[in-house]
Parts: sequence; structure tokens; C-alpha cells
Amino acid sequence: MTSPNAIIHYLSQTVKKSYVLAEMETRKLLHDPTELISRAIQPILWLGIFGEAMSNVRAIPTPGLTYLQFIVPGILTQSVVFVAIFYGLYVIMDRDTGILQKLLVTPTPRLALVWGKMISAGVRGLSQALIVFLFALILGIQLHITVLSVFGVIIIVMLGAGFFTGLSMIIASIVKTRERFMGIGQVITLPLFFASNAIYPISIMPGWLKTVASVNPLSYMVDGLRALMLTGGTAGVGFDVGVLAVVTLLMSILSAWCYPKVVI
Amino acid sequence: MDVIEVEGLVKRFGAFTAVDGISFRVGSGEIFGFLGPNGAGKSTTIKMLITLLKPTGGTARIDGHDITHNSSDVRNAIGYVPQMISVDGTLTAYENLMLMARLYDIPRAERKERIREMLSFLQLEEHAGSLVRTFSGGMVRKMEVGQAMLHRPKALLLDEPTTGLDPVARNSVWEHLFELREKFGTTIFFSTHNMEEADEVSDRVAVMNRGKIAAIGSAEELKTKTGKPNATLEDAFIFFTGNKLQETGNFREIRRARKTEGRLG
Repeated sequence: MTSPNAIIHYLSQTVKKSYVLAEMETRKLLHDPTELISRAIQPILWLGIFGEAMSNVRAIPTPGLTYLQFIVPGILTQSVVFVAIFYGLYVIMDRDTGILQKLLVTPTPRLALVWGKMISAGVRGLSQALIVFLFALILGIQLHITVLSVFGVIIIVMLGAGFFTGLSMIIASIVKTRERFMGIGQVITLPLFFASNAIYPISIMPGWLKTVASVNPLSYMVDGLRALMLTGGTAGVGFDVGVLAVVTLLMSILSAWCYPKVVI
Repeated sequence: MDVIEVEGLVKRFGAFTAVDGISFRVGSGEIFGFLGPNGAGKSTTIKMLITLLKPTGGTARIDGHDITHNSSDVRNAIGYVPQMISVDGTLTAYENLMLMARLYDIPRAERKERIREMLSFLQLEEHAGSLVRTFSGGMVRKMEVGQAMLHRPKALLLDEPTTGLDPVARNSVWEHLFELREKFGTTIFFSTHNMEEADEVSDRVAVMNRGKIAAIGSAEELKTKTGKPNATLEDAFIFFTGNKLQETGNFREIRRARKTEGRLG
């Protein structure tokens, strides 16, 4: 593992096998796309009901933007994170059925098994992005759509989905059963969402929450998406993408080390 | 040459010793039944052999590769069929095999031919494009054997391969396993609770009890050792383990076994 050739071999194997696994996950989705439709409901409710209602109240300061505009990136982020955070549950289900054991016994690098899941969560996340975009257009919400902004949105959605998939797989390796995972999944998703800039700006938060929000990767997703989708400003986007890329890479390495323990 | 060599293998979980220094060898092309009551250490042993669990002590080699230090060579040398359902019901038969072909780096030029051959061998050609969740129990198990054999491993390890199958499906699975051994000289290592099955198909069996190998040999040898005339393998099992065949598994194991049976049935 120490010679440069061995490292190159490991990395090329990892990339190749990640692609194979992500492709198979995507095929599953294509065989049965009903899931995509049922997942569309939640963001539509948030935008169509919560967003519409709150924008009439005008209680939340969103300088230069309508409230509906303000929360579009937040709702997109939320729906991507909700998809990703339950990937650990799939790992537990794969363990219960034996699919996981079979994959772990193949000579596939552990990192590829994690990246495969991360990419597949990203693909599901992109389908959410498409739904949110379309629904925002239907509601007449003004978005900034250019080739560059779409490309940026794809990158951020993939990275964010990857991070929370990795986190979810680590949780799965600790809690090990579906029931406990369901409980934990519920407990962490809403606080992550509320302790971020998804539906209100960080500036109106109490001090301690500001601190939490500023280390919450979800805030970096929202921040980057908001710049790309609304203001067209790309100044801070590089920083957001950089932070997400680094934490997602670290998360994938940690996850590759942790999650095979789910079978023990 | 022996394909599976186990030497003084130990696994402890805290103060509990699950596998207590076992040693045995399985030869090339041998069909080897691995028996023992629940909690005897069978699953732990298998998990170590398939590189999912690191031993606390001792070692094992598969096709000459050390399970601790050379796990990636071991993984290429074995095929594994878990007790539970390990084919993906939401993919087609063809896709399930293609997944394995690509994960095992079977060259692109050979993949399609290898998969076609396997499907025809398993008599599943007509179902290549069907989602596996529409398959019967016997078809599912055959698919799993197919997935595990696509890269032509030296040793095939199966965890209770016929639990939950009806006798017809069971016979069909074993016929295919015999044929694979004939064709590729594959060593077949399997665990089971079914003594009749073990007696019928195995060249040799090992009985594990409380982390140790209580007996090893051909079914006939084990029966003779009981000293009873007309002893069955089940009698020998009870003789060596002091234990009736019983359902002592914990809740999770039982639930799993039931689920597997439900799905296969």
C-alpha cells in the first residue's frame, strides 16, 4: 500500500468501483421511480404552504429578496439532506438481507462502497433539485439560472448529499438496528435544519445558535446555493464548495472505516 | 493442496471466547459440512474466513493467502453465499450478475459471455431481464450461487444455503453445486442445521461446540464413534455436543431466519 503504484491502483479501483455501484443504484431507481414522486411532496408543501404563508407575514428580514426566493435554496438543501440522511437505513437493510456482506466479501475498496452510496444519494438529490426548480417556476419565483449556476448547484448538491450520506452510514454502524436508526434519524434531521440558515437568516439567531449554524455543513450548502440560484454572486461560493469538499472527503474516509462494523 | 487451512484460530469478544483455538483443513474439491448448535462459533468462524472479522489469535489461509494479512487475495479466491437473501430484488438477474462481474474485474470482453453461460447453467436464461424479486426461492438461491461463482473462486462458502427451501429446490441447488465442483474443482464449505442434508452431500463434516471442534471426519466415521449400531448423523451430533438440535438462537437470529424463510417460501 505504500508504493506510488499501489496507491494509484487503489485510487483507480476506487473510482471505477464507485461508478459501478452508483450505476446499479441508479438502475434500481429507474426500475421503480415511484419513490421520486413521493419524495417530491415534502418540498412542495414547504414551498407552497409554509413559504407562501410566511411570506405574507413578512416577519423575517430577507434583504433584497422575497421570502419565497429566500427559502428556495433552503428547501432544496433540506430535501437533499433528508434523502441522504436515511442512506444509513439502506445500509442496515442491506445488512439484514445479506447484500452488504456479499459486497464486503468482494475485493471492492471500502471507500468505493461509500462513494457509490454518496453518488447515488447525489443523483437522488439532483432529482429533488429538478422538482424544486420546476415548482419554483410554477410559483413564479424568480431564480438566477445560467449554465454556471446550474453547474454550481449540481456540485453543491452532490457534495452535500455525500456528506450526509457518510454521516448516516457512520450512525448506522453505531446503532446497528432499523428501529434505533429511525429514532436517531428523526432526532438529528430537524435540529440540523433549524440550526441553519435554510428558512431564516443567521443574523436573527441567538448567539449560541449562530455558533451551531456556522459549523453546520447544511449552512454552507444553503449559502452556496443561495448565491448561485438568487444573487448570481459567486464570490463566496468557492469557499462554500471548498468547505463542503473537504468535510465530505474526510467524512467518506471515516465512514469507510466505520461502516463495515455494521455486520458484526 | 489444501484450500482452507485453519490453525489455532481464536476470536474473543471481551471476556467471551467465541472461537477457541480451532484447527482443520479442507482439501481441494472437497464438500465440507460445518455443523454445530447455535452459538457454537460457526458464524464467527465463517466471518473470519471471509475476512469480515479479524481473528484475535491464530490464523487461516485460503488458497495459500493469509486471511489477516492478505485479505484482498483471499477475497478474490472465495465466493460467499450468506444465509439471508443477498441478491438485489430490485435489479434484474442480468444486472445482479453484471454487478458481480464488474466488482470482480472480469475483463469487459468476457463479461457478457460469462453471464450468459451462468444463466444457461442455472436454467434462468428466460428470466435474465426480470426483476429478481419476482423469482421463487429456489431461483433466488441459484442466482446467489451464480453471483458467487462468476469469478470462478477456489472455494465457495455457504451459510445455511438451503434453509427455507422446499425439497425440490434444495435438490436443484445441490445438483448445481455438484456440477460446479465437477467443472471447476471448487471446494464447497457450508454450514447447516439439517443433519440429513449434511450426511447426504458432505465428503467430511466438522461438529463445532462451545468454540471448539468436537469432532471431524466423514459422516460414517462420526456415526461409528458413537458406538451405537445404525446411528444417524443426528445421533452423532447429539453425542458430540451433548445437545439436542434446538432453537436456541437469539431473537434477532430467529427473526432473520423466519424472514429468510418467508421470502424464499
